[in-house]
Amino acid sequence: MELCDLPAHQLSKLLRDRKVSAEEICRSVLQRIDEIEEKTRAYITLDGENALEQARRVDRRLREGADLPPLAGIPVAVKDNICTKGLRTTCASKILADFIPPYNATVIERLAAVDAVIIGKTNMDEFAMGSSTENSGFFPTRNPWDYSRVPGGSSGGSAAAVAAGETIYALGSDTGGSIRQPAAFCGVVGMKPTYGAVSRYGLVAFASSLDQIGPLTKDVTDCALVLNAIAGYDPRDSTSAPGEKTDYTRFLKEDIRGLRIGIPREYLGEGLDDGVRRVVEKACAVLEDAGAEIAETSLPHSAYALPTYYLIAPAEASSNLARYDGVRYGYRARDAKDVVDMFKKTRSRGFGAEVKRRIMLGTYALSAGYYDAFYLKALRVRTLIKRDFDEALATFDALLSPTTPTPAFLLGEKIDDPLKMYLSDIFTLAINLAGLPAISIPGGFVDGLPVGVQFIGKPFAEGTLLRVAYAFEKRTGYTSRRPGLGR
Amino acid sequence: MYEAVIGLEVHVELKTRSKIFCSSTTEFGGEPNTHVCPVCLGLPGVLPVVNREVVDYAIRVALALNCQIARFCKFDRKNYYYPDLPKNYQISQYDLPLAQNGYLEIETENGPKRVGITRIHMEEDAGKLVHQGNIATTPYSLVDYNRTGVPLLEIVSEPDLRSPEEARAYLEKLRTIIQYTGVSDCKMEEGSLRCDANVSVRPAGGDALGTKTEIKNMNSFRALHRALAYEIERQIAVLTEGGRVVQETRAWDEDRGVTVSMRSKEEAHDYRYFPDPDLVPLVIDEAWIEKVRTTLPELPDARRKRYMEDFGLSRYDATVLTSSKELGDYFEACVAAYPHPKTVANWVMGELARLLNAHNMDIIASPVAPAQLAALLRLIDDGTISGKIAKTVFEDMFTTRKDPATIVREKGLVQITDVDAIAAVVDEVINANPKSVQDYKAGKEKALGFLVGQVMKATRGKANPALVNKLLKEKLN
Repeated sequence: MELCDLPAHQLSKLLRDRKVSAEEICRSVLQRIDEIEEKTRAYITLDGENALEQARRVDRRLREGADLPPLAGIPVAVKDNICTKGLRTTCASKILADFIPPYNATVIERLAAVDAVIIGKTNMDEFAMGSSTENSGFFPTRNPWDYSRVPGGSSGGSAAAVAAGETIYALGSDTGGSIRQPAAFCGVVGMKPTYGAVSRYGLVAFASSLDQIGPLTKDVTDCALVLNAIAGYDPRDSTSAPGEKTDYTRFLKEDIRGLRIGIPREYLGEGLDDGVRRVVEKACAVLEDAGAEIAETSLPHSAYALPTYYLIAPAEASSNLARYDGVRYGYRARDAKDVVDMFKKTRSRGFGAEVKRRIMLGTYALSAGYYDAFYLKALRVRTLIKRDFDEALATFDALLSPTTPTPAFLLGEKIDDPLKMYLSDIFTLAINLAGLPAISIPGGFVDGLPVGVQFIGKPFAEGTLLRVAYAFEKRTGYTSRRPGLGR
Repeated sequence: MYEAVIGLEVHVELKTRSKIFCSSTTEFGGEPNTHVCPVCLGLPGVLPVVNREVVDYAIRVALALNCQIARFCKFDRKNYYYPDLPKNYQISQYDLPLAQNGYLEIETENGPKRVGITRIHMEEDAGKLVHQGNIATTPYSLVDYNRTGVPLLEIVSEPDLRSPEEARAYLEKLRTIIQYTGVSDCKMEEGSLRCDANVSVRPAGGDALGTKTEIKNMNSFRALHRALAYEIERQIAVLTEGGRVVQETRAWDEDRGVTVSMRSKEEAHDYRYFPDPDLVPLVIDEAWIEKVRTTLPELPDARRKRYMEDFGLSRYDATVLTSSKELGDYFEACVAAYPHPKTVANWVMGELARLLNAHNMDIIASPVAPAQLAALLRLIDDGTISGKIAKTVFEDMFTTRKDPATIVREKGLVQITDVDAIAAVVDEVINANPKSVQDYKAGKEKALGFLVGQVMKATRGKANPALVNKLLKEKLN
């Protein structure tokens, strides 16, 4: 184990005890990147020099006796759809290949406020549309547990970097599973907070009513620490939830006696890998052993989640992505004969196939004559799906399910079959439709590949999720496993 | 016989300090792309936040136009591609607008008429394209986003208007009311008031509506009137020739004085409206509405009623004086200093209006302050100057901005009321005009007028006219 393989809370303690310096931690991460980045390809943009400088600044302040927050001096990787002032933010799209934001996302401001050290910007499916990071407009990222496999997506770069020690923790975004699914594939902890818990200001929008920024970390304690740093009301985001700041670390308790956990039977049905099923069954046993009450429950409208999601998300995306027209920033087709031709050529060349597919789907769903049958109907079904969760969570403190139907699949395995690809988010996307918080935590292994289990909570019950995940982590220890990295 | 059916869609720019969804200034002009920020430029990742002042202003207008204000409304995205629209969608309000079912009253030749207001909604303005010459031949165009995100109200009327005159009266009244509320300058030349019209014609007295056209690009009240008159004639001509009016959007060509087809119904945009997921619905409670209501000034109709009842003015005079808030304020300031409303009204609508018009000035820029006009009127009352002299003094006041007393003193215009002095002049005039004296004595009353005139001329208008009359008559009888 190198420094770069340790979670943030351990490094933070070493830093405070003056056993290591922030610069040493940063160099450890940069060295790991040097060693394996050509295999994982987790990053689109690295900012090593700035990271080292920021680390040295933290060291100076620690020497001066400053009392710094827990994440001070700890390296973080940021998904490349979160705006970083002065640092290229591409959304893994050719259309934004050279876009340098003149402003910081709120979460970046908040990381700066706790003296975090940004290592670089991570690879993703273009505009967060995908489940394997193969839709990156630049190159695919590979899974550190098995380089022939995908890391999941769309936050595949963030998940791979955390798993491989190419960062200590990372930020991702989750619209239908884009944090949890790659976290599951890469054996790390990933949380999608409640819609409105973390500001979206500066997150390049995919589907505004579903998008949420969240942490990808090596363990549950780190998840709480990162949430402490980034969550909370932001007046720049109208959908941000007002309220007092919470200290999420106070939920990190091993005692879950009496906690009621529901298992939605629709999430253990057809298409579920046997190995994954066994992992979930074992997880149930572990939790029951710890004193939790486990019982089956039902989310009757689950079957409609995928079609509902694939109407609402593309509809919003078709509008959100309209601004990439070559007029103000990003790629512009230079050989256009007039402005309409410029729009067409810029967008035809700038966007990849999956993005174009979703723009067309969404445009269609919103078009006159189809709106009621598709978009409006989807909104209504969304309400039913949300009601399912409300009812289940009236009885249970949390729900437990597999994060994904299978462990990480092979590169190229699903890329030519969009529907197959979409199905890899079948257990995650309903949670975005309902706006609920959910966490994926390593629950075991199948053939050497990590498998994630997902806990789903009531709105703003991130604390409950952290508590049950922490208890599970303490009893299983899967979060301390690291991939061999083929070295 | 045909009658026209007209409805207007009016856009009003609100003069809030900052834009509708960000903190950039709304100030008019400025170097291109200096009144902008990441939000109004639609950079990747930015989010809109509603400016509460915009909602306050919108509620104020809605109240002034007698509308029902929604307790729950939302913002929607109107999707279309145009380079002056940074997000390629406009944040507007679609099926749940801020306010509905209002009205205003216009004066027509058949008396007052109520014109319905269908709805009022809030939206963001677009930027401005700058072409090198003509839009069709320009090699490239530049975009200025200063205006992008400036708050707009769209005010849609019912199709209650029946002539270009009524349409113009409606737009003028709407402008007056909005100016009273203080939320907009409503300057058509600066684009802070813009107007499109829906026009159709039908056999007079019928109920069914004819096929309508939408007329755009009318940049003045005169253009509105001309464009509507042209379009009505055009549609009637089409129908009388046995043709059919095509539903389409047409642009007014000011230079050629015609409307020309822009796009047909089939080419109309599908705006793919849907609720903006970046904004939460707006909940407007009674307290908010009542708070805004207290900021409303007296509106023109109420003010007119007061002028008629309290000041005894005619409906016409009261209408003219309340046609702009500033004019009414000026009038009332004069009346406060000189409590004879009818006399003040005559001067404000007469001499003052004439000179302001001649100098193409607005009442707000009047060189004569209300206190100065009042002082002038008092000089007439106390006999210092005659009403006739007062008019020349007023012209001097207008050009020099001096007080009336100063002008009267400097120019020696004090009225001669000394009986002996006037009698001496009267004697001179009688001696110099035996013919007229004779005529008068023979019963020609008109001769007296001539003699009065001669006395006034000899005194350069300063003799008190009543005294001159009296003395002349005494001496001649």
